[in-house]
Amino acid sequence: MRRGPGSLLLHAVLFLGAAATLTPLAWMLAASFMSPGEANTFPPRFLPQHPTFDNYIALFTRIDIARHFLNSVVITVAATLASVVLNSMAGYAFAKLRFPGRERIFRTLTLALVIPAQVGMLPLFLLLRELGVVNTYAGVLVPYLASVFAIFLIRQYVLSVPDDLLDAARVDGAGEFKIFREIVFPVIKPILATLATFTFLSVWNDFLWPLIILSESSKYTLPVALAGLVGEHVQDTELMMAGSVITILPALVVFLAFQRAYVRGILSGSVKG
Amino acid sequence: MSTILERQQARAALQFLAPALTLIAVFFFLPVIAGLLLSLTDFDIYAIGALDTARFVGLGNYRDLLHSTLFWTALKNTLYFVLVGGPLSVAISLAAAVLLNSPRLRFRPFFRTVYFAPVVTTLVAVAIVWRYLYHPRYGLLNHILGWVGIEPIDWLGDPHWSMPAIIILSIWKNFGYNMLIFLAGLQTIPEELYEAASIDGAGPWRSFFHITFPSLGPVFLFVAVTTMIGYFQLFAEPYVMTQGGPLRSTTSLVLLMYEEGFRWWRMGVASSIAFVLFLLTLGGALLQLRLRRARA
Amino acid sequence: MEAPGRGAPAWFLACLVGVATGCAAPSEDDPTTIRFWAMGREGEVVQELVADFEQEFPGIRVEVQQIPWSAAHEKLLTAFVGRASPDLAQLGNTWIAEFVALQALEPLDVRIASANTLAPSDYFSGVWDTNVIDGTTYGLPWYVDTRVLFYRKDILARAGYDAMPVTWSGWLESMKAVKRTVGPANFAILLPVNEWTQPVIFGLQTGSPLLGDEATRSAFTEPEFRKAFTFYLDLFRSGLAPSLANNEVANIYQEFEKGYFSMCITGPWNLGEFQNRLSPAMQDSWDTAPLPGPDGPGLSLAGGSSLVLFRGSPHRDAAWRLVEFLSRPEQQVRFSQLSGDLPARREAWADPFLTQNPRTSAFWEQLQRVVATPKIPEWELITSRILEYSELAAREAAPPDTALARLDADVNRILEKRRWLLGRDRTGGTEGHVSP
Repeated sequence: MRRGPGSLLLHAVLFLGAAATLTPLAWMLAASFMSPGEANTFPPRFLPQHPTFDNYIALFTRIDIARHFLNSVVITVAATLASVVLNSMAGYAFAKLRFPGRERIFRTLTLALVIPAQVGMLPLFLLLRELGVVNTYAGVLVPYLASVFAIFLIRQYVLSVPDDLLDAARVDGAGEFKIFREIVFPVIKPILATLATFTFLSVWNDFLWPLIILSESSKYTLPVALAGLVGEHVQDTELMMAGSVITILPALVVFLAFQRAYVRGILSGSVKG
Repeated sequence: MSTILERQQARAALQFLAPALTLIAVFFFLPVIAGLLLSLTDFDIYAIGALDTARFVGLGNYRDLLHSTLFWTALKNTLYFVLVGGPLSVAISLAAAVLLNSPRLRFRPFFRTVYFAPVVTTLVAVAIVWRYLYHPRYGLLNHILGWVGIEPIDWLGDPHWSMPAIIILSIWKNFGYNMLIFLAGLQTIPEELYEAASIDGAGPWRSFFHITFPSLGPVFLFVAVTTMIGYFQLFAEPYVMTQGGPLRSTTSLVLLMYEEGFRWWRMGVASSIAFVLFLLTLGGALLQLRLRRARA
Repeated sequence: MEAPGRGAPAWFLACLVGVATGCAAPSEDDPTTIRFWAMGREGEVVQELVADFEQEFPGIRVEVQQIPWSAAHEKLLTAFVGRASPDLAQLGNTWIAEFVALQALEPLDVRIASANTLAPSDYFSGVWDTNVIDGTTYGLPWYVDTRVLFYRKDILARAGYDAMPVTWSGWLESMKAVKRTVGPANFAILLPVNEWTQPVIFGLQTGSPLLGDEATRSAFTEPEFRKAFTFYLDLFRSGLAPSLANNEVANIYQEFEKGYFSMCITGPWNLGEFQNRLSPAMQDSWDTAPLPGPDGPGLSLAGGSSLVLFRGSPHRDAAWRLVEFLSRPEQQVRFSQLSGDLPARREAWADPFLTQNPRTSAFWEQLQRVVATPKIPEWELITSRILEYSELAAREAAPPDTALARLDADVNRILEKRRWLLGRDRTGGTEGHVSP
């Protein structure tokens, strides 16, 4: 808007908004350093009186959160790698390879975007049961490996790669895979970074599917373990806050490190949309 | 020569597509179709023990849903969330984007990052944090409301406030996402339009309604549809914070589906709920598209 | 012409599959490690007993997994359906019927018969009965739970009663007297409106079968249950009980101490909790008593947990050793001391640890008069409906008749499949045999 509010008012409002947005996270951090019971006092505190690492120590010793952290890391990294490779190949194929039925198949995939993931979760669970991968890493990974949204994202970006480049290479006798590996892949690195960030964040934070497929606590990812803890330790506010911090921190770090790539991904899917 | 190249491309396409498409076909489309079929049976715990006890019931599950008070409650709650929370969330995102788009603004990247941060946080983790923030006595929210003289509210214990509590959490968590999209859209609107308008004497509100809002058309539609689709899938917040209560006021369709499917193992019923969800989502999306077309 | 990278995607796929199957392989190589799932506090304290078991049986290692009660039911079912169940688990005895319908549990009759240290007569008959489905025993009771009255002796005395009455009418009179003593701001009894146990207990006491026709039809609109439901709702209507949910009372121990309410119906875990959380001055002011019934001492729920073996487990013999171990009277006593739960084995009650505490006698007495709730898979679901509709009625959000009618309709719909299965078994005789 051209004629917006006065600059001072504008900044004041935005700073207030920023404070409101950050307060829950700040309190979470502060409470994680409070002694047991301190977070449940009246009136509520903003800062711990005597900051302590006890809650974090308890998480690592009593609750074995390192194991859940490891599970999350393994699953998220594997999913990210697989997603980048598989979806980039598929996205490239839809964008640049000519083959019969390309548009029809692509349109069918669009359908998947409107179908909520929950619709297939139960049958998927039963299917994976037959395959014997319930309660395994493989079982958790299955829905994350390929996604229609990711294929769309890649295809959109790859469309901008000039065709002559590829045709020239073909005329020179290069095979399709070589073209992909040596010409296309380096050029689309930015969108791959976007996809990797996207996948990382969505898999790290996913809850319902790991909740369904994992039944042994030693295999739980952080979100599932955290939800389980709430059942047992709802009184231990400070402990739960420490758990939340550990769960959120990697996601925030990845986001801050790859902000530009991530934001680009959100925008490319929408504004042209 | 060209046909050899074409065949080479087609062959390569098969290899490039096979992994991803096979995975999607087998682990997404197939289960979805199976879900539809399951919803036509009374597959339940007996059937898991002995498959021959499953019966084909046609639309029986859907008919039972229509007679189930719990289903209507879940539907009502979900629509409450979608139709109140959705527009609120979009409005706040738009407002934030408009403010951030102001040319006089300094520290834009800082604000953008801060406002977006909640989006990347883990929902379960923040739901737990907000559960404590909402405590009637020890929670920060009532404490802060007390500074402006508002009496303590039993956010998660009072059936009238439980859904608003979840809406507030949801807005806090998601507004940054749509804000970013709106921001990008706003930045494509040419300055000259605003200058011309201000010369004509238009105030900020009129500029907004006559220039900003119409120019954002396609972006707005995208945001509205995607937000709505996402909001129909409300699950983690009630699961972690209220378990669907109090008095079933926060039981959403997906939560009900999870209960029917994984607590009671009435998978035929659960699948029918999932399909109703799908139809609602599809219907909502189509409706918005049509409205948009009608307006244009 | 360079060969197209035909192998490349395939090679990558093969890698993925390799990783996947590697991850899918069972993690345990040791054939004598048994996986034991236990809930809540029991899961925490059983580790100590397990340590001794492992010493006595060096060839068997036990992995205890503790699950929170709030998620236990779904976790156990999901694990079984996903073919990932443990070897041995603690199971709430009201869940046994479900797992039997799934054909998940190993029948134990042969093992019990050949174990010369175990016999049904060692246990409370009402509790033992909860483990027997269709003539076959599927679980061994581990600890028992039933509901009795916990009350303020001193307030009752001030109201003119030196003992808890044993009939409903006497009890009602005592509650009215208490109310007169404590005043309009306080209450005689706390009955959380979001619990199904109170309406069901009253129903059992009036002789309602809860479900009729071999548990295929709702009996909630029959006269017996109506009588119980009316009795229950009258307690709220006459101001003897507050219409509050259990999470609406900030701290029941504080409220009990303050005299906000003088009676409540609760279970054995509160024996320890009351001792720990009430102030020392209060310790002589409270007591327990068996439940009054319509015409004399009343029935209560046959609750508790059993130990069950899963049918598909390759380590059933080793798991059974652990079950036998945990059923030894001395282990029962030890477990009781650690967990605060009451032992399932009658012999264990002779231990001074229990006899020294006079308040456990109310439980001993009540356990002679406990009865199982309908032993069908749908029961858990039905209790959630009972809870919802009775809460509506207690909060006066719906008239009692409407609430019961809706409950009736819901339950009949839930039981439709069971009716069909029983009918089919009668006419045809197929594998999917359902217990009447």
